[in-house]
Amino acid sequence: MNSLVNLTKVFKFHGGVHPPENKAQSTQLPIGQLPLPEKIVLPLRQHVGNIPKIKVQVGDKVLKGQLLAEAEGTVSAAIHATTSGTIVAIEDAIIPHPSGLPDRCITIKPDGKDEWIARQPQDWRNTDCNTLIASLRSSGIVGFGGATFPTQIKLRVGCKSEIHTLVVNAAECEPYITCDDMLMRERANEIMKGIEVTQRLLGAEKVLIGIEDNKPEAIASMQAATANTSIQVVVVPTLYPSGDARRLVHLVLGTEIPYDKRSTDVGLQVFNVATVLALYRFFELGEPALSRIVTVTGNVQKPQNFEVRFGTPLPHLIKAAGGAKPDTTHYIMGGPMMGFDLPDENVPITKAANCIIAASPNLFAPPPTPMPCIRCARCADACPVNLQPQELYWFAKSDNFEKANDYKLFDCIECGACSYVCPSNIPLVQYYRYAKSEIIALDKAREAADLARERNEFRLARIEREKQERAAKHAERAAAGKEEAAKRALEAEKSPALEANKNEASSPATSGVDDVKKVAIAAAIERAKAAKSAAAAIGEAPKNIANTDESVKKEIAEIDARRQAAGIEKPAVDAEKQAKIAAAIERAKAAKAVAEAAKTAETKEE
Amino acid sequence: MIGLALALGALLGFAALKFKVEGDPLIARIDAILPQTQCGQCGYPGCKPYATAIAKGEADINQCPPGGDAGVHALADLLGVEYKPLNAEHGAPKPKAVAFIDEEVCIGCTLCIQACPVDAILGAAKHMHTIIASECTGCELCVAPCPVDCITMEPIAETPDNWKWKYPTIPIKSVMSLK
Repeated sequence: MNSLVNLTKVFKFHGGVHPPENKAQSTQLPIGQLPLPEKIVLPLRQHVGNIPKIKVQVGDKVLKGQLLAEAEGTVSAAIHATTSGTIVAIEDAIIPHPSGLPDRCITIKPDGKDEWIARQPQDWRNTDCNTLIASLRSSGIVGFGGATFPTQIKLRVGCKSEIHTLVVNAAECEPYITCDDMLMRERANEIMKGIEVTQRLLGAEKVLIGIEDNKPEAIASMQAATANTSIQVVVVPTLYPSGDARRLVHLVLGTEIPYDKRSTDVGLQVFNVATVLALYRFFELGEPALSRIVTVTGNVQKPQNFEVRFGTPLPHLIKAAGGAKPDTTHYIMGGPMMGFDLPDENVPITKAANCIIAASPNLFAPPPTPMPCIRCARCADACPVNLQPQELYWFAKSDNFEKANDYKLFDCIECGACSYVCPSNIPLVQYYRYAKSEIIALDKAREAADLARERNEFRLARIEREKQERAAKHAERAAAGKEEAAKRALEAEKSPALEANKNEASSPATSGVDDVKKVAIAAAIERAKAAKSAAAAIGEAPKNIANTDESVKKEIAEIDARRQAAGIEKPAVDAEKQAKIAAAIERAKAAKAVAEAAKTAETKEE
Repeated sequence: MIGLALALGALLGFAALKFKVEGDPLIARIDAILPQTQCGQCGYPGCKPYATAIAKGEADINQCPPGGDAGVHALADLLGVEYKPLNAEHGAPKPKAVAFIDEEVCIGCTLCIQACPVDAILGAAKHMHTIIASECTGCELCVAPCPVDCITMEPIAETPDNWKWKYPTIPIKSVMSLK
């Protein structure tokens, strides 16, 4: 067995440091189980990506394993009830986050029964692997190494044969942390089943397990479990940060993944050993991610690893480890290299909590005052990513973010090796974190500004378009109004003409001719007609009796007959005079009509 | 010699046509630096008009409070002019805020909708209005027209989402207490 290990060549990555391991303290006792806590507080923010959508309400009774919040969007993970009980609150509470800011949490009051919901194991050996990966969305499984990246996203590339090698990350390089070590010592067989599941999901032919050589018991346990299989246990030298996925790939395969590519681009995928085990529990037993192994160490009475259900309050866990020693100042989540100080003691354990270290001034002396950079470049020698930390430091310190970006600030894994070796005690990683979050904020602001510009330009264009549309409508209406006016003028001209001569047939109504002129012509015709009629009236019956009744006409005829009988001649002069008067009346009427037509035409023009 | 001159002249003429730049790239570059709040504090009706005025030399580079000191520095670098502190006449930089409409009080007059430069207010006549917070630039142009004063500016709260790592500082110790 050992010969096999020795055959496996191990490659060395650049830089790295070897801080005191401090792992022995917490490996003396087996993984402990905790009694049920008095309350379970489950933050929605336990992973990288979108906040999941709450599916329950205050007062709901929930069972262990029941879905409380489902994954929202592509990169997200579900949250499940980690015991049975009643939901007593959905509110903002302090979460284990370096900001110390409160965030939305679901609080469950356990009923003490710890009653499971119906578990649905899957026949993962015979099910289509796309279906299996799709079902992972409701598993709540994330990278349990500490990065908490939703696992279904890492597996999405699976089912195709592009991934040829699965690397199981069991290096656990950071000091103090022993959760993966204990997991391998005690649950090697479950891990093996998990590897089988993962291999099926990825279609990977080759499997390598990378373990640092400071865990001999874990190595022995895994070697025993992998005996008679093609799975290789690769023992890597203890050198921080060998547990970084890219570093481990380099160590076990000699492959350097290009900085702008993912491991899947070169046919590799890396999973933490605890994530692999969670995959087994989900598919084989139907259990979603409900608990993890947490190392409780540092300034506590009995350092130990515990299987902790998510949402367990930290004081409950500390009590199980015998309580903190009196000089404990605060707690660190994660390791001493990459972890952060917890803002409060009363935070729940989340999916990211691989280790809780009780800190005291004896264990972690307050950082010495930073001195100026002397350009010794020890940080560059220690950097596992081959960056120039001293340059990045200058750029970050002077807010020269563009330059920092040019020097690949975002390839920095914040491992802290540079800060560890710095003889001037400069908190380099803090500068990088500052610069990174400033750059991210600037990028977001730029995106928002671009959106605002687009929206403003669209609004201005819309206003301009509406203005033009309004103008076009106005013009249309004005044109329609003009046409109407012309029509009305025509009618106005027609009516006086009819008045002027009722016997006259309607005059030829053709539009487009000057109305006034037309009326004048009509009046002239009228006048001529009047003169004609006046001439015709001479020696005829006067026009004023033309329309009288027959009886009146009869009377007139009788009078005329009497006059003739009496020998009185009808005065010719009279008749002539009468005709003249009639003609004058006609003329006056025609003149009036002309004047009227001219007036109406004028008002229309206005 | 003449032949060479003609050839080069033709080449230059061709290049002038082939690589013709549409619009004024300087205005676009200045506009890219401006924060696009469209607030008009600079005295121009928006960021683009201000950018145009700067490009023409009509406006100074220190008239944009939302852009802050960093914005003035960026403009000074771009234009190759001396940095000058923000002109207090145009207001002081404020923490980023978004407008908030008290929906109980809103009478649905649409005046704020007409004032919003980025169409971030949703509503209809005689119906309650509301702000689309993600689109609001915090320009405050909607505050003044409101006849019932139901719009307030709410500073954006710090959440774990938008929280930033702080610049490392060295705590100052009292020398007296060390004795």
